[in-house]
Amino acid sequence: MAEKEYNGIMVFLEHRKNMLRNASIQLVGEGRRLADLLNIELSGALLGKGLVALAQEAIQYGLDKVHLVEHELLRDYAPRPYATALAELVDRRKPEALLFGATMNGREVAGRLHAYIHTGLAADCTAFDVTEDGYIEMIRPAFGGKSLAHILCKKTKPQMASARPNVFPAPEKDVNRKGEIVREMVQLTEKDVDTKCLSVVEYESEAEILSRAEIILSGGYGLKKKENFALLEELAELLHGVVGASRKVVDIGWFPRERQIGQTGKTVRPRLYFAIGISGAVQHLAGMERSEKIVAINSDPSSSIFEIADYGIVGNMLEVLPEMIRQLKEMQQEAGQSSS
Amino acid sequence: MRFLETSPKVKPATDGLKIAVCLKQVPKGEHLQIDPVRKTLKREGVESEINPADRNAVELALQLKDEHGGEIIALSMGPPTFVRSLETAIGMGVDRAVLLSDRALAGSDTSPTSYALAETITRFGRSGLIICGEETSDSSTGHVGPGIAGHLDIPQITYVIDAKVKDGKIIAQRAVEFGFEFWEASLPALLTVKFGCNRPREPTLTRKIKAKRGNVIQIWSARDAALDTSRLGLEGSPTVVSEIETVDLPSRRGEVFTGDTKETVSKLLNRLKESGFIRG
Ligand SMILES: Cc1cc2nc3c(=O)[nH]c(=O)nc-3n(C[C@H](O)[C@H](O)[C@H](O)COP(=O)(O)OP(=O)(O)OC[C@H]3O[C@@H](n4cnc5c(N)ncnc54)[C@H](O)[C@@H]3O)c2cc1C
Ligand SMILES: Nc1ncnc2c1ncn2[C@@H]1O[C@H](COP(=O)(O)O)[C@@H](O)[C@H]1O
Repeated sequence: MAEKEYNGIMVFLEHRKNMLRNASIQLVGEGRRLADLLNIELSGALLGKGLVALAQEAIQYGLDKVHLVEHELLRDYAPRPYATALAELVDRRKPEALLFGATMNGREVAGRLHAYIHTGLAADCTAFDVTEDGYIEMIRPAFGGKSLAHILCKKTKPQMASARPNVFPAPEKDVNRKGEIVREMVQLTEKDVDTKCLSVVEYESEAEILSRAEIILSGGYGLKKKENFALLEELAELLHGVVGASRKVVDIGWFPRERQIGQTGKTVRPRLYFAIGISGAVQHLAGMERSEKIVAINSDPSSSIFEIADYGIVGNMLEVLPEMIRQLKEMQQEAGQSSS
Repeated sequence: MRFLETSPKVKPATDGLKIAVCLKQVPKGEHLQIDPVRKTLKREGVESEINPADRNAVELALQLKDEHGGEIIALSMGPPTFVRSLETAIGMGVDRAVLLSDRALAGSDTSPTSYALAETITRFGRSGLIICGEETSDSSTGHVGPGIAGHLDIPQITYVIDAKVKDGKIIAQRAVEFGFEFWEASLPALLTVKFGCNRPREPTLTRKIKAKRGNVIQIWSARDAALDTSRLGLEGSPTVVSEIETVDLPSRRGEVFTGDTKETVSKLLNRLKESGFIRG
């Protein structure tokens, strides 16, 4: 039986540059669904400084309440002060469940926190459910994505989980939604800040490019050499898509790492995904299997990528890609002529 | 801090940097198989290797030792077969290794695993750095490294791709979703290392032979490491796996076109046109 003392679901609200991160917004949506199923409260934990407007915005995505923890020493994210403040908050508010986006910061702070408060933590979940007796079933890919493990945490509270970004859809914002903002004090001293971020080097929002793309064309080792990515770029331009890559080609330096798709790269769910010269290893599939439609182009008909493709061409990409480019150009020319 | 206590078992390094590297042995990527009956990972009769990110962790440790001297101790927790990976680590240049192996540990989730590894490391005496991989390829949680740092209450820097030690501090480059960050922490500290960030050196034969000679690799029981057994294994794990489903990938296996390139391409483009991806 669930202990009465603990109540509600709490979502860790990650933010960057004064914006809520997508993973957190998505989690508010999923958290809302679970809280409604269990008929309990959904709150957010927002840590930082000067965040009232963000707290209000988070509520509009579906929260009942935001625990706003403002402290000068939380202004910049660092794992230890954040984990320490969360431990204090959990001790005071006692949520039944505490959810994190499985971003890099989300995972590192959750991992540290679960050691502080001695409770269970399921990593990188891709689905949640509730059990008849009111627990949260945390569902995550296991063994390199070959199976799904259903995880329960009944012995200790809160039940903690991190959830894979870009798996749960982002909820709509309801500007009329009202919720409570509860200011929370925490005890922190300079000593709690044991790491310091010295500088940040940003890609020009590279990370966002893939997650926003409706069409992604990914190239793998079957592209044979770096120069052949030019074919993909050309095709991408014709289709208004973005180019991605498998890990193997990233490892050998044919394509930048921030465009890697898969278990150790980005998870994407575009409307259309091209896997070109990609064998379809589970670690790659982990990052793209939720795409709406998948097209595979591969010279080996027994490649496992064909197992999950909606459409496939068995052929040498050196012949297929130029032909595709030619036919697409032709189609566009015709379209241009008929519309003028 | 408990972490700085010296242990009677192991003499602390007198100079240089002392580094503990945590590594796990995992089934090789392409050999990852699930036992259809027990629904657990097949470990017997399956080719295994050092968890890929942990090899990068070992390499980073070796690079730091190349520069600063000192000692590297590899630590692994698992069944006796894990000795093979520790031998490989010794072959790469790690000084010695400890395998924490005990029935009491079986079935541990990340909470007892972090606890057991953290406690065991304190028995090594004064360490400057603890280095883990970012995540394992079989459990892929990435929570054990931060869990160890949490237990020991020392600084952590995760997803590190490069690190330097200077004036008793660690400066690490961290790869995040939107770029890089440079972080600084005082020692002792824990790092988790990003998979693929460096080229792990190959083990040499002479060093591997050293590994086979006595006492370079020690096997410790939970008792040797003075662990509280009630906090270990299934018993000490807050989470339970209630069910394992085998994933049938959304086997879409749709239409696959073969034959003349002109025709296959034209068929594909027609389908994409029908689904509204291409106008014209
Ligand atoms: C811990 C871990 C994490 C990983 N994370 C990721 C990840 O995030 N993302 C990822 O992608 N991988 C990841 N991998 C690696 C993964 O297991 C595979 O090694 C990788 O995806 C293979 O890349 P590939 O398909 O490009 O290359 P290959 O497997 O070599 O496949 C090349 C394909 O190209 C085809 N081909 C060859 N010539 C042609 C031609 N002329 N025309 C058309 N087709 C051709 C071949 O038939 C083959 O199917 C990870 C592995 C591990 C162990
Ligand atoms: N059984 C183990 N023995 C030694 N190190 C481990 C073990 N499990 C996890 N680790 C370390 O913790 C890191 C993260 O593992 P995980 O949280 O399981 O993804 C790994 O890359 C290792 O460095």
